[in-house]
Parts: sequence; structure tokens; C-alpha cells
Amino acid sequence: MTATTARPTEGRTVPAGERSAFRKALSRWDARVSPYLYVSPFFVLFAIVGLFPLLYTAYVSVHEWNLIGGKGEFVGLENFTTVLQQEYFWRALRNTLSIFLLSSVPQVVFALLIAAALDTGLRARTFWRMGVLLPYVIAPVAVALIFNDLFGDRYGLLNEVLGWVGLGPFRWHVDVLPSHLAIATMVNFRWTGYNALIFLAAMQAIPRDYYEAALIDGAGRVRTFLSITVPLLRNTILFVVITSTIGGLQIFDEPRMFDQYGLGGADRQWQTLTIYLWNVGWGQHNFGRAAAVAWLLFLVIVLIGLLNFALTRRISSTGGKR
Amino acid sequence: MTQTSLPRARASAADSTDHRYAGRRAPGHTSGRARRRAERAASRDEGTRRAGPGAYAFLLVVLLASVFPLWWSFLIGSKDAAALNADGIPLLPGGNFLKNARTVVDTVPFWKAFTNSVIVSSTVAFSVVALSTLAGFAFAKLRFRGRDGLMVFVVATMAVPTQLGVVPLFIVMSKLGWVGSVGAVIVPALVNAFGVFWMTQYLRESLPDELVEAARVDGCSMIRTFWHVALPASRPGAAMLGLFTFIATWTNFFWPFIVLEPGNPTLPVALQQLQAAHYVDYSLVLAGVVLAAIPLIIVFVLAGRQLVAGIMQGAVKG
Repeated sequence: MTATTARPTEGRTVPAGERSAFRKALSRWDARVSPYLYVSPFFVLFAIVGLFPLLYTAYVSVHEWNLIGGKGEFVGLENFTTVLQQEYFWRALRNTLSIFLLSSVPQVVFALLIAAALDTGLRARTFWRMGVLLPYVIAPVAVALIFNDLFGDRYGLLNEVLGWVGLGPFRWHVDVLPSHLAIATMVNFRWTGYNALIFLAAMQAIPRDYYEAALIDGAGRVRTFLSITVPLLRNTILFVVITSTIGGLQIFDEPRMFDQYGLGGADRQWQTLTIYLWNVGWGQHNFGRAAAVAWLLFLVIVLIGLLNFALTRRISSTGGKR
Repeated sequence: MTQTSLPRARASAADSTDHRYAGRRAPGHTSGRARRRAERAASRDEGTRRAGPGAYAFLLVVLLASVFPLWWSFLIGSKDAAALNADGIPLLPGGNFLKNARTVVDTVPFWKAFTNSVIVSSTVAFSVVALSTLAGFAFAKLRFRGRDGLMVFVVATMAVPTQLGVVPLFIVMSKLGWVGSVGAVIVPALVNAFGVFWMTQYLRESLPDELVEAARVDGCSMIRTFWHVALPASRPGAAMLGLFTFIATWTNFFWPFIVLEPGNPTLPVALQQLQAAHYVDYSLVLAGVVLAAIPLIIVFVLAGRQLVAGIMQGAVKG
């Protein structure tokens, strides 16, 4: 950029006076320094509020550290080993993974189906697209409060309706799996439509000839969907899965709001790792240990992310071969 | 920091380098967008399948499922506690919504929370848009040493769960004496990597290189070039980024819940307080939910189209 812009200026400034030389230098300096000036607010601020806390977490995690008392002695990996011996930690890990599975798998499947339905020549398509996106503007806390009522153990609408067909009543706020299902439903409610629109965009980029060729070959709707649409959406599916892994494993709002006490149930049936972190830090005032939990959670996210990456690649590529 | 729930990386399709888009990244492809649209329209016309009744029926069910929880909270929010316990499933709203709303406003610092949410969300949205556009302009249109490396860094940080830094962040905030003030919510959210990534992509496509060069040749300083050339071109993309940032900040709960105090909350934190009582009166809680949802529903009605477009563009663009 410096070179290309400087040259024409040279040609135009005829009298090479002292003043224009100064301007030229100024302009060159401007072109050289400005880019750094423009990107620096992001990097400086991110370093302070994003990167530094993350790294400092490591420092806190190897110390005794109290919410009120502040820093104590260096304790090495003791915080980590203590956390790993807690039964509630492992329970939180189980709950987090279970809720994540129950929310991500149905979410991707439903989002694909909704996207496929939106990708047919609909009338009033903006209306339908906006319709599926509506839940996205409702705050997770609000969603949780609404579904809490719907999933009421005694007078909840869902138990009432399930009762008509002879099911239940389920103890949504007592038993492990029902509580996970209820929380996963909240997550799915908010994100399925959003992801459907991502899939829809990717579907529209698929050349229509592929579908015509499939039609000529006598492939049905289902077959076309499974053998053409899904494999061609591989990268998009991968992207949605990875981002929902990063977000989903940190889930806090919905399980926190699932009852008024916010600890994840009397028996920690639906306590997630982030609730656990929060409770260790701000409930028990043990920052050192909370920082250790944060690092362990980070590790879990990386591991599951990599696992998902490998898995999604496998599934969609075998789907393509068939 | 606060952006964990944001479309964040989500809309970015983080370099979903779909082979079909491979060539589009080259800078200067200004007509790429229009061309693609034309191609798409053409291929659409040939092979359009008319939507069958099945698709409509399915989408109708999805739509009802999207709307129902909101309708339900209005239904319950307009009853009184006694009527809720008396009979089975309510079918029609009662006449108590305004009374419940008043009780909500009296029970929790609702207006305080509302004002805080407006201040926090607008400040964060403005700052993210401004700083991202500035950085996006540099990344997309200026050449400087280390640019590609820095861009890789930006993309990589999008995947970092910054929420995990809450412990040190809290330590810093309490050292500064900011715990309990909205500043503690605003400052960590002033920038995010997704915004920079988004604006870089947007400006790469929508701002022709020739325009920038022409401005420089005419003797515009860098900052004037940014102001008069890049800023106007970035407006639609910046508006979308602003919208998503606003929504994500408005609905954010985790960090505000930790760092704010009961007397000075944001709306989600105030909603949490409504439920904190030992005996939960759902007519009250859900009236509060409706009240808190109204501002974003207005945003949705006004700008829903842009939200849809933003998600779909982000998905393909990546």
C-alpha cells in the first residue's frame, strides 16, 4: 500500500520544495503507522480483559486464594487434585456432558429438517424465517423461567398433557434424566431456529442441478436429503457442532434458573461444571479451587471439541460415500 | 468476555472453507456478491420445487412451538396466584397482567435494571462496532507487516472460552472497586474477536480497493480515508454486528450475575431475583418475563429481517 500510494503523489508534486517533502514523509509515516493504530484498540483491550484473565487463572489455580482474604500460599497442584477428588465435580461433569448431548444432537437434526422445509419454494418466506428465529431474542434466563413452569412437577402443563396419553407424571425437578431433558429443551428452543438459518444459507448454495440429477436417477426426497444435502453441508455442520460445543459445555443460565436455589438440585442432579465453578468461587469463596475448575473445564472443552471434529468428519464423509 | 452466548463465532462459519467459495476471498472481487446472487437466482428458477403442504404443516408446528412459550407466559402472567391453583390448564388470559406488572416493578428494581440494560447494551454495541470497523478496515484494506499473523490470532481467539477467566476478572474488578457497578459489565465486553472478523470479511467484499487508493492519491490521510470511504461502505455490515452484539449483551447473564449487586442489576439479573423467593408465584415471575422480553421483541419486529439476513450471510461468508 505504501508503495502504490506514494508513487502517484510523487508524479504530481512538481516543485520538490521543502514543504512537500515534509508532506510526503508525513504521508508515508501515516500509511505505515495507521494500520497498527487501527488494530491496536482491539488487541490492547483483548489482552487486558480476555487474555490476561485467562492466563492469570493459571496463577490463581496454584495458590490458596480466598474471595475476601485474597492470595495465600503457593500450593502447587493441590487445588487440582482436591477438585478431582470431589464427587460433585464428577457429577457436574456427567451432567454437563449429558445435557450437552441431549441438546446438541436433536438440535442439529431438527435444524437440518427445518432448513430443508425452509428451502422449498415457500410463499412468504421471510415470515417463516423470522418465525423460527423468534426464540433467539428471548433471554436464556426468561426461557428458563417459562419452561420451569411448563415442566412443573405437580401442576405443569407438560405433565398434564402427557397424563392424557397415560405417561408420567415425570418428576422433572427431582430425577436426573428428566431434569436434563427439561434443560436441554430450553437450549434447543432458543438455538434450533438460529442454526436452521445457518443450514438454510448453506443449502441454498448447493447447485440445483444436483437435485435434478438425483430426481432423474429416481431418488426420493429422503434419499436426496441424506445423500446430497447432508454430505454437502459437512463443513457447516462441523462449524455448528464446534461452536455449540464451546458454548454448550459452559452452560450456566438454564440450569442455574431451574430452581430458585440455583445449585443444581438437592442432590446436584443438574449441576453443570460452570455452576460448580461459580459455587466453589462465590459460594465457598475458594478462588484457587474455582480457577482450577476453570482450567479443567477448558480442558474438557478442548477434548470434546476435538472429538466432535473427528466424529463429524467421519459421519458426514461416510454419508457421502454411500 | 460477555459475548459467550453471542452469535459470536456462530455466525462466522469460522472459515468454513467450502470448496465452492474458495475463490471468493481474493481481494478486489467486488462483483462477486452480485454475481453469486444472479447465479443463485438463475439456478433457482430452473429447479424450483414448489413447497408441498407437508413443508407448510411442519413449519406451522415449528412456528407454534416458537410462539407458544411466550404466549404461555402472557397467559400465566395475566392471572393471579389463586386462579392458577384453582383450575387446570388456562386457555384465555386473565385480567391481572397490569396488576402483576406493577407488583414486579415494586418487588425488584425493574426500571433501574431496564436503564442499566439499555446503557450496557448500547455502549457495548457501539464500542464493538466502532473498534471492529476500524480494525476490520486495516485488516481488509491496508497492507502492513504481521497482518496475516495477527488475523490468525483474531480467528483463533474466537474459539477461546473467555468466560473461564471470570475468577481473575473478578479479582481485578474488586481491586478497582468496580464490583456492583455497570462499568464492570461494560469494560470486559468492549471488544470481541468475532466483531473484528466479521467487519474484516464484510469490508473485504464491499469496499473496492480502487476506492481506497483513489482517496489516498487525492491526498486523503488514512483517517480521512477511513471516515469518508470505509465508514459509509461498512454501514450495513456494521448495523448487523451492532444488532447481534446488542441482543447478546442484553440477554447475557453469567458475568452480570456474578459482578452486579441486587440493588443495581441488569434485566436478566432482576428476573433471577423474582424467582429467588421461597414461594415462587409464577403469575408474577412470568409477568416479569413478558415485561423484560418486550424491548427485544420490538427490536425483533423492526429488525428481524436484518437478523435473518445477518445469520444467513455470516453462515455462507465465514
